Amino acid sequence: MKKKFKLEDLDCANCAAKMEEAIKKIPGVHDANVSFMQQKMTVDAEDERFDEIMKEVAAVCAKVEPDCRILL
Amino acid sequence: MTEKQKKMLARIFITAVPFVILFVCEHMGMLASIEGTWIAFVIFLALYLVIGYDIVYKAFRNIKNGQVFDENFLMMIATFGAFVVGEYLEAVAVMLFYQIGELFQGYAVGKSRQSISEMMDICPEYANIEKDGALEQVDPDEVEVGTVIVIKPGERIPLDGVVLEGESLIDTAALTGESVPRRSAVGDTVISGCVNGSGTLKVRTTKEFDDSTVAKILELVENASSKKAKVENFITRFAKYYTPVVTIGAVLLAILTPLLTGISWSEGIQRACIFLVISCPCALVISVPLGFFGGIGAASRIGVLVKGSNFLEAASQIDTIVFDKTGTLTKGEFKVTEIRPATGAEGREELLELAALGEGYSTHPIANSIREAYGRTPDMSRVADAVEEAGHGVKVQVDGRGVLIGNEKLMRAHAVSCEVCEGAGTVVYVARDGVFAGALVISDTVKDGAKEAIAAMKRVGVRKTVMLTGDRCSAAEHVAAELGIDEVHAELLPADKVAKVEELLAAESEKGRLAFVGDGINDAPVLTRADVGMAMGSMGSDAAIEAADIVLMDDDVRKIAAVVRLARKTLSIVKQNIVFALGVKALVLVLGAFGVATMWEAVFADVGVSVIAILNSMRTLGGSMRTLEDTMR
Repeated sequence: MKKKFKLEDLDCANCAAKMEEAIKKIPGVHDANVSFMQQKMTVDAEDERFDEIMKEVAAVCAKVEPDCRILL
Repeated sequence: MTEKQKKMLARIFITAVPFVILFVCEHMGMLASIEGTWIAFVIFLALYLVIGYDIVYKAFRNIKNGQVFDENFLMMIATFGAFVVGEYLEAVAVMLFYQIGELFQGYAVGKSRQSISEMMDICPEYANIEKDGALEQVDPDEVEVGTVIVIKPGERIPLDGVVLEGESLIDTAALTGESVPRRSAVGDTVISGCVNGSGTLKVRTTKEFDDSTVAKILELVENASSKKAKVENFITRFAKYYTPVVTIGAVLLAILTPLLTGISWSEGIQRACIFLVISCPCALVISVPLGFFGGIGAASRIGVLVKGSNFLEAASQIDTIVFDKTGTLTKGEFKVTEIRPATGAEGREELLELAALGEGYSTHPIANSIREAYGRTPDMSRVADAVEEAGHGVKVQVDGRGVLIGNEKLMRAHAVSCEVCEGAGTVVYVARDGVFAGALVISDTVKDGAKEAIAAMKRVGVRKTVMLTGDRCSAAEHVAAELGIDEVHAELLPADKVAKVEELLAAESEKGRLAFVGDGINDAPVLTRADVGMAMGSMGSDAAIEAADIVLMDDDVRKIAAVVRLARKTLSIVKQNIVFALGVKALVLVLGAFGVATMWEAVFADVGVSVIAILNSMRTLGGSMRTLEDTMR
């Protein structure tokens, strides 16, 4: 399943790249894209565990850039 | 400006005023009495905290989260270092300028993001459905196929559909870049994303929102930034190594230079701090994707969809363009272009009338074009006994006299001696009572502006233009000569086209790229095989939008040259930024290592360069219309 999320206060392009890399490493995530330009994140992950995975995604993002919020 | 940015601006102001005063005082020697004392330390520390407390806080928080080489941390170490060696003024200055740069950077990026999204803002927010005589606004997503919707003047068309009632001028500029509105009346199809002009329309929807043109385009645009250009990937990889390498360099500098060259420890630390300030690759990480984003945005403004930065990059290197003929360079409509009565026979009008009568029952495109050229409805009571001779033509009785209409083979089969006619298209021979009466030449007409388009491509540096067609050689060569195309390959089957493109690809130079331009109908394999596949969007032909890398929304081939130019401009701006940013950083690193550059230069190499690179990138956004006009001239 592929889903798009808006991001708020994503202020640094380098962090966006780091977030993208970290999300891709989460087990169950097929692909991820964090667009600094559009302030958007696309996550493609396993259907059954999607909500669970999204929680991990949020945790990983908070680690890289605590100011950035994911609007679910 | 956001709330956050306003707050930051206030903090900068509060720090900057006392800072300037102190700066002036120091230069006039008025601070000599307190220099090096705890009073000076307290004053500068207070200023430092006002401007930089959040950086220090974030640095510690991120270390806790395992993010060590982050720019907050580096700025903190650099400024702490300056405090340690007693350069209080520098410490505050670095932090102040860093914050000013960050603020400006955030503002500039926000601004350009906003203007790009405005440009791409084609998403309809609601659809009007008539219920019990009143209009109700609903989410376009919830409208089912076949529903009747009402579109008022000035509203955006929410879904693709067919007009049932009303007439209006429709502004398609958001999709096609075409500024002249299109007239739509009952029976015409309308495309979602366009803006309804003057009249109210009642439209029966033909597609669900997810399948509608606007949803397709939005998806394309949104996915465009995920297909990264080689340059972008290079920068991402580079950024990963750059920061650690420079940081290690800083540590080595702090330890080794005092040991080896005998300069003081505080001097060593100061030089190391200069390294740390320059260690963020922000200028590149922001400006490069911003440049591409702007380039794609500018292209969309002239009605050209680019599906990713990688395709924009490839488009900048196009040196060969291969065209499909029918539907791309020509209109795909057949027209009678020549009427040649046989020597001694009746006039042109009579010949055309005879042909129109003879072909009166046929539905073949050639018969249609003859009737169209005739202009009136043929009086079919004069026609009898029409017999189709497959692959040859027709045998028919007109006014009781035997008439033959068809190709050369038909004439030969009936032993009619005719003047062989070498035309640019399909030749139709006409004979009456077994005597040759004349011939009609029917050919496909060249699109308006196709000739200028080819000339413009040459001007922007495309080396070779090639035309592929299934048509006969003579017809193809005629079109090629008219348009100024360099190379023609005619009488090709669809599979041959792929083979030809393969051949041309093999002949490409290392750096050159080959583009294929087609109408998207049954040339999908070629579109995917070429380096850059460009298709005619035909305002919503799914096949074309799907298969191509670049879509010309209004089928206007003239825009190809403009896109190539936009792509070149984007790439050159991106390259300028890379060279400039890396050049300045490298220079200041070297000067810093030898103790020539100060903190001031370092701050410039960090935020100053970032800001300049961002401003430079924003140039890709502007001037798309001008580029289009320039290339047309």
